Amino acid sequence: MTTPILEVTNLAKFFPIQSQGIFSRVKGDNKAVNGISFTLNAGETLGLVGESGCGKSTAGRTILKLYEPTSGTIKFEGEDITSYSASKMKPLRTKMQMIFQDPYSSLNPRHTIGSIIAASYEIQKITPENGVKRAVQDLMERVGLNPEHYNRYPHEFSGGQRQRIGIARALALKPKFIVCDEPVSALDVSIQAQVINLLDDLRDDFGLSYLFIAHDLSVVQHISQRVAVMYLGKIMELAPTEELYKNPHHPYTKALLSAIPIPDPILERKREQIILSGDIPNPVNPPTGCVFNTRCWKAQDKCRTTEPVIMQIGASQVACHFPD
Amino acid sequence: MTLLEVKNLSVGFPTPDGVVHAVNDISFSIDAGETLAIVGESGSGKTVTNLAMMGLLNSNTAQISGTARFQSHTGEIDLLGIDPNELQKYRGQDISMIFQDPMSSLHPYFSIGDQIIEAHQVHNKVDPDVSKERAIELLGLVGIPDPASRITSFPHQFSGGMRQRVMIAMALVNNPSLLIADEPTTALDVTVQAQILSLLKDLQREFKMAVILITHDLGVVAGAADRVNVMYAGRIVESANVFDLYAKPAMPYTQGLLDSVPRLDRPHTNRLSAIPGQPPSMISLPDGCSFAPRCSRISEVAGSKCLMIMPELTLRTDAHSARCFIGERAGA
Repeated sequence: MTTPILEVTNLAKFFPIQSQGIFSRVKGDNKAVNGISFTLNAGETLGLVGESGCGKSTAGRTILKLYEPTSGTIKFEGEDITSYSASKMKPLRTKMQMIFQDPYSSLNPRHTIGSIIAASYEIQKITPENGVKRAVQDLMERVGLNPEHYNRYPHEFSGGQRQRIGIARALALKPKFIVCDEPVSALDVSIQAQVINLLDDLRDDFGLSYLFIAHDLSVVQHISQRVAVMYLGKIMELAPTEELYKNPHHPYTKALLSAIPIPDPILERKREQIILSGDIPNPVNPPTGCVFNTRCWKAQDKCRTTEPVIMQIGASQVACHFPD
Repeated sequence: MTLLEVKNLSVGFPTPDGVVHAVNDISFSIDAGETLAIVGESGSGKTVTNLAMMGLLNSNTAQISGTARFQSHTGEIDLLGIDPNELQKYRGQDISMIFQDPMSSLHPYFSIGDQIIEAHQVHNKVDPDVSKERAIELLGLVGIPDPASRITSFPHQFSGGMRQRVMIAMALVNNPSLLIADEPTTALDVTVQAQILSLLKDLQREFKMAVILITHDLGVVAGAADRVNVMYAGRIVESANVFDLYAKPAMPYTQGLLDSVPRLDRPHTNRLSAIPGQPPSMISLPDGCSFAPRCSRISEVAGSKCLMIMPELTLRTDAHSARCFIGERAGA
């Protein structure tokens, strides 16, 4: 078997919370990511889903070393990059890129889109074969933008087009691995479908691997081969896409799937829905035992005291004492 | 009984680049106790329609025309023709509104109790203690645990879902006959969205109120609405009973919208069918059908009629109308 492109083991990222005042001290940690492990194979898309505050974006950013990991290891193409400094990371950045959620705030309004996309070449001191302008225009054409708009500014483009600019920028250095952080959640459905299809095509054409972060399980189903469900900084269930959607084993996965409305009034009105009570607990003081126990309808004493270990059920990895 | 009847409503916003035609000559009605969903993508005019009716648009910057006949507790009124000070008597009493963002629509400096009590006091000349009782009752109804003590809490002490519950309690404090819910669950997570939607359904039954549900989510509409208006570029392009709309959408835009939603209940296909292109500029709308430049069925209509003439909203079958040359009944 070939080495996976990305291997994450027990990764954790805590954000210290400082008390106010002159003698500020750390009074606790926001345990945004609390020990997650997974691998990503070349050419594969792994979906990372969960509700807001579950740590999925922090996980994505920590893997790219935009945040310094608290503990755990990150291996990229077999190379342990966990403790690499920024300067040591720089050459690796040509291989790993990111697409952001908000196409409005992730593009500098004072730069033309030509210079936004070309910035990657400048930073890495790379001169593409036929010159920077030619390369940028090829990229623009590839993502479905008019190459003549090279000198326009971001405000002249719609949300969907801006997201295409962000994608072109991520592709400029021919990366192998892209973290897509909610790339379509700010877009309307008709535009969302365009961008998902584009990402799909690009993966096949460029041989990319994606870590696809989203809160929308139906979008993730479309693009991923495997899906990891996160809750309060931990992975609850990780399974091949078909399996996860057909036979969810973890109660949280079940609840999440059942909460998604179906766009068909007949089916929507007669289906059984699991409505979870309450909200996500504060990640500063996560519940003891299984983090989901406060909202779980199957919770028993064991769930409140002992943290479940990940077990293998068929092709799925599940962290639950009482999986289905 | 028809509760609200909107006729020929148009809203334009003059800008240095030209007038933005946000809403163009739309007409619809809603019966008492009914749920009408208004669906459309961003910029389709669904929110502006309702802000205009509630008198929440600045008359210096918005050009509003049309009528909105509403059966209020004092008889029939025209929401668009009435004096703004007069409208204050009905807003929050007969018609209430809940907004998309529960983070910014509550005042951070006042306790939630004060805010709900104020909404009650404005319309009822009663002792503040009576209003407080009412506030506690409502907070209990919307599922805030221990309402009598939480009434002194401030908005920042609640989560997003809980704040939306507080907003709903405030909207219902005067027993309105019409609730306008503008993307009430868009800012919430799916598990919380499911809670809020089922709460709204229960409360609607209990308060016997009509609901205008504004949303872009076709899944939410499928579960909650009786009738649906689909809006595109400031116009209603299709209007039908919810079951008819999903079973046989008449307008290619509606069809395209339904097709582009990724679905969990269908076998997984690798490609989503997207609608090509993007919505037109609201400053210079195309001459013909606004959707024509993106429409996949444009070749079915002879002589590029779609690009030149705006089709009318015509009746197809019982109470199902659409704005499209395809499938128009002969002589209609």
